[in-house]
Amino acid sequence: MCAPSPVVGRHRQSRRRFADRFADDLTRALARAFDAEATSAQRGLLQGLDPRFKLVSMLSLILCAVLAQSLTLLAGLFLLAVALATLSGISPARLGQQVWLAVLIFTGVIALPSIVIVPGEPVWQVPWLHWTVTLQGLRSATFLIGRAETSATFALLLVLTTPWMHVLKAMRALGVPVVVVAILGMTHRYIFVLLQTAMQMFEARRSRIMAPMDGAQRRSLVMAAAGMLLAKSFQLSSEVHLAMVSRGYRGEVHLLHDFHARWRDWCVLLVALSLPAAILWSQR
Amino acid sequence: MNGNVFELDAVSYRYQDKVALDALTLHIRRGDRVALLGANGSGKSTLLRLLDALYFPSAGVLKAFGEPMSEAALADDAVNFAFRRRVGLVFQNPDVQIFNPTVFDEVAFGPLQLGWPKAQILEQVDAMLERFAIGYLKDRAPHRLSGGEKKRVALASVLIMAPEVVLLDEPTASLDPESQSEVIRFLVESRNTGRTVVTATHDLDIVEDIADHVIVLADGKVAGEGKPGEILEDVDLLRRTRLAHAHWHRHADGEMHAHLHSHRHHHDHHDGPERPRLITGKK
Repeated sequence: MCAPSPVVGRHRQSRRRFADRFADDLTRALARAFDAEATSAQRGLLQGLDPRFKLVSMLSLILCAVLAQSLTLLAGLFLLAVALATLSGISPARLGQQVWLAVLIFTGVIALPSIVIVPGEPVWQVPWLHWTVTLQGLRSATFLIGRAETSATFALLLVLTTPWMHVLKAMRALGVPVVVVAILGMTHRYIFVLLQTAMQMFEARRSRIMAPMDGAQRRSLVMAAAGMLLAKSFQLSSEVHLAMVSRGYRGEVHLLHDFHARWRDWCVLLVALSLPAAILWSQR
Repeated sequence: MNGNVFELDAVSYRYQDKVALDALTLHIRRGDRVALLGANGSGKSTLLRLLDALYFPSAGVLKAFGEPMSEAALADDAVNFAFRRRVGLVFQNPDVQIFNPTVFDEVAFGPLQLGWPKAQILEQVDAMLERFAIGYLKDRAPHRLSGGEKKRVALASVLIMAPEVVLLDEPTASLDPESQSEVIRFLVESRNTGRTVVTATHDLDIVEDIADHVIVLADGKVAGEGKPGEILEDVDLLRRTRLAHAHWHRHADGEMHAHLHSHRHHHDHHDGPERPRLITGKK
């Protein structure tokens, strides 16, 4: 039997890499979603708080990160987020994987130009391009990234430590209109439907890809799959909605267990609400 | 109110330019066990959705419990909840029906929407989990269940509301034999409950067990109606509505043949002059 030529071997490897990577990404996304539900059910500091108080406290802490005009304060808030995560059974490694890296990439792209655009005290000159990196530019980029990272970490902590239905009910308790809550609730369900449909579709396609695929074919496959996926997800989502309506769903969130505030919920809320006030006062 | 649970008078339903139900007129009486038979695309699922007031007729009048059903009527919370309490639909694909984080939450979803007292919900959910032998799945995420388990959860999540009318869309589709038997057992047992059960299926093998009355649909119209025995013997009707299926079997000499006949047909294995058409080596 002949050994496969290096070209065919490379194509095959590339096809496998593409197919496997895509399938792995989808599996990982689903696994993360399921992990979030598991994390919210385990014991921990944030898991033990009343969702209404937790929601207000996290929003307040996010407001602090937005208002902070000192890097030290921002770093303190970031460390507070890490400490809260650790006390709630969420490791920094998980935060790094699920939020920090992604936020760094997206915000970094936006913040990067500012390090040479913002005028100020020169720190370093980029070889060949002769662009000057300024201290003020670095500072403004660090602020942007720091605020985004800290805010996203607080937001993720809320989602990871609270069952999604509890977040929705807390929003209703705080007066968020039913239509907004219903849209958020259905969006959450549809994301699952979309991921599961995508996985099934891709598995089915993968089993039928016989020949090596070049870049154009792969792009065409992805575009066709995306179109089909949207159509299928739309149909499935409608079915999910009908199944909910059939059992009496009218957009309102009902839970078996009512929320009960305890003294520690009030303490957390007091601290969380005092922080932005203190920041505003100190930055007068 | 007369003894009819549903009355359809010249009801039509269209999906954009496709007619799914065409001037359908039929009655379903209280306590009836009805099988809706029809090939794929005959309008069975659409009819079930109309009966569950998820869709509304494009033309004609549909009455449930003597009252005309319309989107405007169902917009009222009291009317909606009263209707949802009385009619339950089990979807064909359990994945679309199971959307809560745990099996317990799933079964409790309907009663919670209908505003039952919490103590009653807790009690009823436990009773329902026990009835369907799924208590061990209570805290399990629905996506980690097998097909048969999902179907049982879907059934439990509808039956907990003790609806007077249960609508089932292809309840045995894609189930393993044991799970199929469990679903059929439930449908057989419903004979003595006085509950109205409407089952859409194209599985002729279960019709006599699950129904006392059969409505055959084809192209969105009623193609035939009668007792299960009469319908299953009507080869012409089954053939016209693409429900007749050939029975294949292999003889000792390795040859296979097919018989297209009434569903309850029996024949002897034979090698005589009347031996049916032979098809060798292929099914």
